[in-house]
Amino acid sequence: MNGAHTGRRAAPDVAAPDEFATDEFATDEFARDDVAHDGIPPDEPARGELWRTVVRTMGEVLVTSGLIVLLFVVYELFVTDFLNGRVQEDLNREVHAEWEADPPVLGSQIPGDAFAVLHIPRLGADYQRVVLEGTAYADLKDGPGHYTESALPGEVGNVAIAGHRTTYGSPFRDLDRVQPGDPIVVETADSWFVYRVLGDPATGDYTGDPSGIPGQQIVVPTDVQVINPTPNAAADAPATGSYLTLTTCHPRFSARERLIVHAVLDGAGMSKADLPAGPPALTEG
Amino acid sequence: MYVWIWRHLPGGTASRALLSLLLVLAVAALLLFVVFPWVEPTLPFNDVTVDG
Repeated sequence: MNGAHTGRRAAPDVAAPDEFATDEFATDEFARDDVAHDGIPPDEPARGELWRTVVRTMGEVLVTSGLIVLLFVVYELFVTDFLNGRVQEDLNREVHAEWEADPPVLGSQIPGDAFAVLHIPRLGADYQRVVLEGTAYADLKDGPGHYTESALPGEVGNVAIAGHRTTYGSPFRDLDRVQPGDPIVVETADSWFVYRVLGDPATGDYTGDPSGIPGQQIVVPTDVQVINPTPNAAADAPATGSYLTLTTCHPRFSARERLIVHAVLDGAGMSKADLPAGPPALTEG
Repeated sequence: MYVWIWRHLPGGTASRALLSLLLVLAVAALLLFVVFPWVEPTLPFNDVTVDG
């Protein structure tokens, strides 16, 4: 076959330029057919091969993206819970050790400090979460976070605490199950504070309280008045009592709204020295 | 892409399979411990606070 090429190429010496061009073209065509038979990818099939590679790579990229998104869901729903479980265990041990060794003054905590433990018997007899100061992303990753401007446990005003509904230990996943009259117990270095969810415990109606503050409400994320000193009153209005407000996202897996639970202090704080095992409210429900 | 990786892994089928598994695990670890924690704060579905 190569011999044929040489033969044809040798000819142009005497051929007219036109004829030469035609001849060269013919040779190319011929060569194409020629190498195809030798198993070397010729131009036309090579283009097909290229497209196949492009399409296959696109398919692989799409399937891979899908797997990455799936892995992200697994990460959010399971891995963050697992990681947070270990963080909470450590924090719980550390905060109790600190309270025994050198009890800090309530209010001296800076953002990021663990300073209280939240107990909600309705969410489980052993439900306890270490509360950190601050509601920044990093604080909420470790546990429920105390709004820095809000009151301290036991104070007149509103103790506001935010927590994840899903991911990172999901401390407030079942916050919607909390009923009127349910105790929410806040443990600090030296005291227990028992708050009770507002509303009518007999009927389960969240709106029954004379203060007008509902035990549960669902608001849009910009409704900051729910954490005011008197919930839902003006920000500068004097507090009418000692409240506790928990905020989390709603509905679950969405950030469209916020689920809010309001509670009011039931009696005075109790010394941990008198009640090392906790107030009777801890074993309710 | 995957064919390319497979072709460039050394050894026979067994060695390539083992190396592929290691590659998958390495990529998963990179995603779980570096990429996802970095991406996550920019996503909205973890907002639990009320703010103006």
